[in-house]
Amino acid sequence: MDTTSTVERVSATGIISDTIRTNFLNADYGIKSWLLTKDHKRIAILYLISITVFFMIGGAFAAMIRMELITPEADVFTSEAYNKVFTTHGIMMVFFFLIPSIPATLGNFLVPVMVGARDLAFPRINLLSWYIYVIGGLFTLTALVLGGVDTGWTFYTPYSSTYSNGYVMLTGIGIFITGFSSILTGLNFIVTVHKMRAPGLGWFRLPLFVWANYAASLIMVLGTPVVAIGIVMIALERGLGLGIFDPRLGGDPVLFQHIFWFYSHPAVYIMILPGMGVVSEIMACFSRRHIFGYKFIAFSSLGIAIIGFLVWGHHMFVSGQSSYAGIVFSLFTFIVAVPSAIKVFNWTATMHKGRIVYSTPMMYALGFIGLFLVGGLTGLFCASLGVDIHIHDTYFIVAHFHYVMVGGSVMAYLGGIHFWWPKMTGRMYPEGWGRFSALLVFVGFNLTFFPQFIAGYLGMPRRYHVYPPEFQIYNVLSSGGALVLGIGFMIPLIYLFWSLKYGEKAGPNPWRAAGLEWETTSPPPTFNFDYQPVVDHEPYNYSEIDARSSATVSTHSVQEEQHV
Amino acid sequence: MSDHSEHHIVPLKVYFLVFSALMILLFVTVGVAMVNLGPFNIYVAMSIAIIKAVLVVLYFMHVRYSTRLTMVVAAAGFIWLVFLLGITILDYTSRSWIPGSYQ
Ligand SMILES: [Cu+2]
Repeated sequence: MDTTSTVERVSATGIISDTIRTNFLNADYGIKSWLLTKDHKRIAILYLISITVFFMIGGAFAAMIRMELITPEADVFTSEAYNKVFTTHGIMMVFFFLIPSIPATLGNFLVPVMVGARDLAFPRINLLSWYIYVIGGLFTLTALVLGGVDTGWTFYTPYSSTYSNGYVMLTGIGIFITGFSSILTGLNFIVTVHKMRAPGLGWFRLPLFVWANYAASLIMVLGTPVVAIGIVMIALERGLGLGIFDPRLGGDPVLFQHIFWFYSHPAVYIMILPGMGVVSEIMACFSRRHIFGYKFIAFSSLGIAIIGFLVWGHHMFVSGQSSYAGIVFSLFTFIVAVPSAIKVFNWTATMHKGRIVYSTPMMYALGFIGLFLVGGLTGLFCASLGVDIHIHDTYFIVAHFHYVMVGGSVMAYLGGIHFWWPKMTGRMYPEGWGRFSALLVFVGFNLTFFPQFIAGYLGMPRRYHVYPPEFQIYNVLSSGGALVLGIGFMIPLIYLFWSLKYGEKAGPNPWRAAGLEWETTSPPPTFNFDYQPVVDHEPYNYSEIDARSSATVSTHSVQEEQHV
Repeated sequence: MSDHSEHHIVPLKVYFLVFSALMILLFVTVGVAMVNLGPFNIYVAMSIAIIKAVLVVLYFMHVRYSTRLTMVVAAAGFIWLVFLLGITILDYTSRSWIPGSYQ
């Protein structure tokens, strides 16, 4: 099939769609049509709404932490209450926001469209995964309302298994249940990518976003069961007195840390890999160039997924693990930095001599690269055995993983939401506000977390709400930054809502981007395409697209046609 | 599903053979447990257990008659289990190797 004719045909139908065509959003309006939907795009929207709710809960608890830490004394919370506050912040953000964030929303929406399929391989299982997620979330929220849990999001034994009086089991059950939703999502992606690619769409023509989600899916399927078993073991010990972690019963508390981090370190890659996929798409589009080192980026995703499973002991350098195991884990941790660095180099090379457009998604992507670089490189500080003894359990660690998880994952998530918002909703967001809030997020983020590196290096421990007065200046900066960051997150929430009704109509391809998702209408019809897409060209063919569009129509004229 | 018809039909005889092999190995497991082989106790018990598990995966779970992709998926699960158990055990066995380590 001739690509040129495909694009023109779709643009033509896209223009008609604004008046008469049905899409996945206006196909049906009843509440049942949403709650019983098998459409991956609607399920993505359901996920988008629910993870936003959990993000706001987690954010509210972050605000409480930052409020308490403004002064060195205990002002707002007792020690017990403070323990519950940071635990809730961690659990909500990690298990109910970051892990499902990109895969369950953007991944759910885009993977089938990007491979040219009508839906995911198992649409019913996809809906089931959302229900499981919500049920797990309700369990954990119930625990929160009843009185919360104070173990930290890591549930370390023997505190969690023997001593803690909080609602450990109810929270644990919630996380256990939610784990299955990510297993089902991962399974669905793996089967879809293997079995449902459009004719002509070989593995090396797949968008890098699909590669990244595929790699993250491997981690979800292979890693999540292990943490689930760890939670069951805590239940067995708490409930039945089975000796697994309690030394008095013949158990070993460090065993829990092995089981927990076997999943929870790779879980960081569940958060960051899809984000890297988003950045690859945005980089190529707004540099108007073929992505540099396609195969390197694709295989580095798999490399991270595999090597990421061999590094978990870097969380246990000072918790009684053998020094020899520490050396091995330190080495592997240095090795896993290599594929991440490969990606950063390739993105940089993609921008080289590109015609860079500073759109909102691109600003988030550029922010991602800078912040992920800091987060990744400080990870190497933490992976060095000697340095880690100094910085272990200090704010240095807190700053490090927030640079990766917020500076990395959340920046990429927001970039991706802006990039594909026109595709998901058919409307443009206000570009000026978009750039402004992207800048605000970047500034607020650095103001929040950079001082924590210094405070941590100087010795401020994490998880304490009373601290020596000399650390106050860093904490005040940090709390001020958190306010800016919070406003930076609120603005997009408001204007994205606003754009649903008042945003400019987007048309099928407002960015003149490459990829199958841009060849269908915005929003796409229920089954994504009105024809069977066939792929006859390489991915990221931006030079061809630009050559073609300068010869025929520019974006502007497409948009003008729509207003007629 | 359409590819259901392509499924290999395994003769009952194979199932019974595998089942009796598993039963024999069960008795071997119990028998070996009565003999003290010193440090080899764990290796012998684990080897028998692995043989049993492989038989179940290959025949009862049909991996032997499945596509290569299924084999890769099944193998990946096992390799990940080796990561988990192998490296965890590395910690416990090496605690006395370097002076100053926790024991
Ligand atoms: Cu880690």
